[in-house]
Amino acid sequence: MIENRPLLTFVTHLILVIGVVIVALPIWITFVGATHDPIRMLQKPIPMWPGTHLWENFTTAFFGAGPSGNGAPVWRMMLNSMVMALTIAFGKIAISIISAFAIVYFKFPFRMGFFWMIFITLMLPVEVRILPTFEVVADLGMLNSYAGLTIPLIASATATFMFRQVFLTIPDEMLESARIDGAGPMRFFWDILLPLSRTNIAAMFVILFIYGWNQYLWPLLITTDSDMTTIVMSIKQMLESAEQTPEWNIIMMTALLAMIPPIFVVIAMQKLFVQGLTETDK
Amino acid sequence: MLKRVHFPSSLLPYLLVAPQIIITIVFFMWPASQAIYQSFLIEDAFGLSTEFVWFENFQVLFEDEEYHKSFIRTGFFSAAVAFLSLSVALILAAYADRVIRGAMTYRTLMIWPYAVAPVLAGALWLFMFNPTIGIFPYLLDMVGYDWNHKLNGGQAMALIIMAAAWKQVAYNFLFYLAAMQSIPKSIIEAAAIDGAGPVRRFWTLILPLVSPTTFFLLVINAVYAFFDTFGIVHAITSGGPAGATNILVYKVYADGFIGLDLGGSAAQSVILMILVIAMTVVQFRFVEKKVEY
Repeated sequence: MIENRPLLTFVTHLILVIGVVIVALPIWITFVGATHDPIRMLQKPIPMWPGTHLWENFTTAFFGAGPSGNGAPVWRMMLNSMVMALTIAFGKIAISIISAFAIVYFKFPFRMGFFWMIFITLMLPVEVRILPTFEVVADLGMLNSYAGLTIPLIASATATFMFRQVFLTIPDEMLESARIDGAGPMRFFWDILLPLSRTNIAAMFVILFIYGWNQYLWPLLITTDSDMTTIVMSIKQMLESAEQTPEWNIIMMTALLAMIPPIFVVIAMQKLFVQGLTETDK
Repeated sequence: MLKRVHFPSSLLPYLLVAPQIIITIVFFMWPASQAIYQSFLIEDAFGLSTEFVWFENFQVLFEDEEYHKSFIRTGFFSAAVAFLSLSVALILAAYADRVIRGAMTYRTLMIWPYAVAPVLAGALWLFMFNPTIGIFPYLLDMVGYDWNHKLNGGQAMALIIMAAAWKQVAYNFLFYLAAMQSIPKSIIEAAAIDGAGPVRRFWTLILPLVSPTTFFLLVINAVYAFFDTFGIVHAITSGGPAGATNILVYKVYADGFIGLDLGGSAAQSVILMILVIAMTVVQFRFVEKKVEY
């Protein structure tokens, strides 16, 4: 700080606290909503202070069959979400790192052609090509399966680019000395490239895990079986059933459970998360 | 691009790029070309007959008043989301930059909405503004303002803008704070010695110095508002009431999967793809300029 102005320092903290309150308010209300019984949640205005039904709501949502009575229990949906998020994150990292390796360290025909092909995928978010992609997945018989949930989302231009940048900063002497010592390409990849890009892989993982966990439109389209629903997409169905039988306490509990894993990852790996975010987008 | 020292050509590099390329072809190239092809076809809803009609789908789309409105609506929505989330993030980052100890604590407390899925953000705001039990309609009612976003299109639009901006503030805050913390302290101190107060320094020094970040974030926010807000719209309004929140990315889905107008939906996809490509090109230009002040 340049000058000492106690009043300004006070105002600074006041505004930041107000900012934090605004940012956190929706999440606080969700938490409070998840701690009351259904009757209290129908009275106006909704409570702003936690109630005593947290554990009860948790067990109902976690093991019960959803508000409408025909959905999957939350543990099943969280499992699906977890499988999807982890497969997408690891899959994207794995196929991106090997293709970046090939593009940076090998000279072979069509190298630039492949590079541009990967580049173009950056420009086509799933939202703009939903119908034809859905048809392809349906033709391949991958509806209602983990393969259909994850494989179409696994190609990643962003991750390929990031790893390419990382590899380009690794000094050429590394490869030269590795070759003098008689290491082949895969040996070099495993023993030198992978260890050197460890933090980048971790940073990428944080971003991709959140991306995978928060997928919405794609699972909505290709899963019709309630055993394959993900927790994020179940919220919409619950909101729809809330029109008839509002069980806001269960909806809020489910929303809370859907938010906890990605928020936990962001907070726990904050440094890597910030690094991953600024490096992939810049 | 290629390393000066590299491995000779063999089968190996092809095997290494194969997974990425196969997925790209099957799930990106093929569907995208299908979208372009379908945009030239008119198919009846049962898929029994198709007819090749050249640009008729596009013509219909460009003459469709609802599509024009959706375009304008999306533009307004993106501008409002970008303005709201950027200005809030800028103010908060400017104050957080002043804090000596605890700036990182504030950062921790601000960044988590980034991790909340758009559809969940929508659900939370929907709950807070639920006309029957929500806390905000209750408070607004006390000052005599009637809130019902299920009937009032303007209020529905305001609600999706707030939900979308809320989710994006965290991201913008992170980039602004990083940009402000990388400004050399000596510049700020020199200005302070010359008698510039904190407000003056913000307008004449900090704001111009973070302008590259602002440009970059503008593009990112526009892309976000255009394409990543499907979940928010779907959860809160489903495009209603009376199409008041039917933005382009929602309209593609609604026309294709609910309206079963395959040709029209494909034509919209093609237009959106062109938009994304244009935005990506703009983004890359700004990113390149970004490094040099």
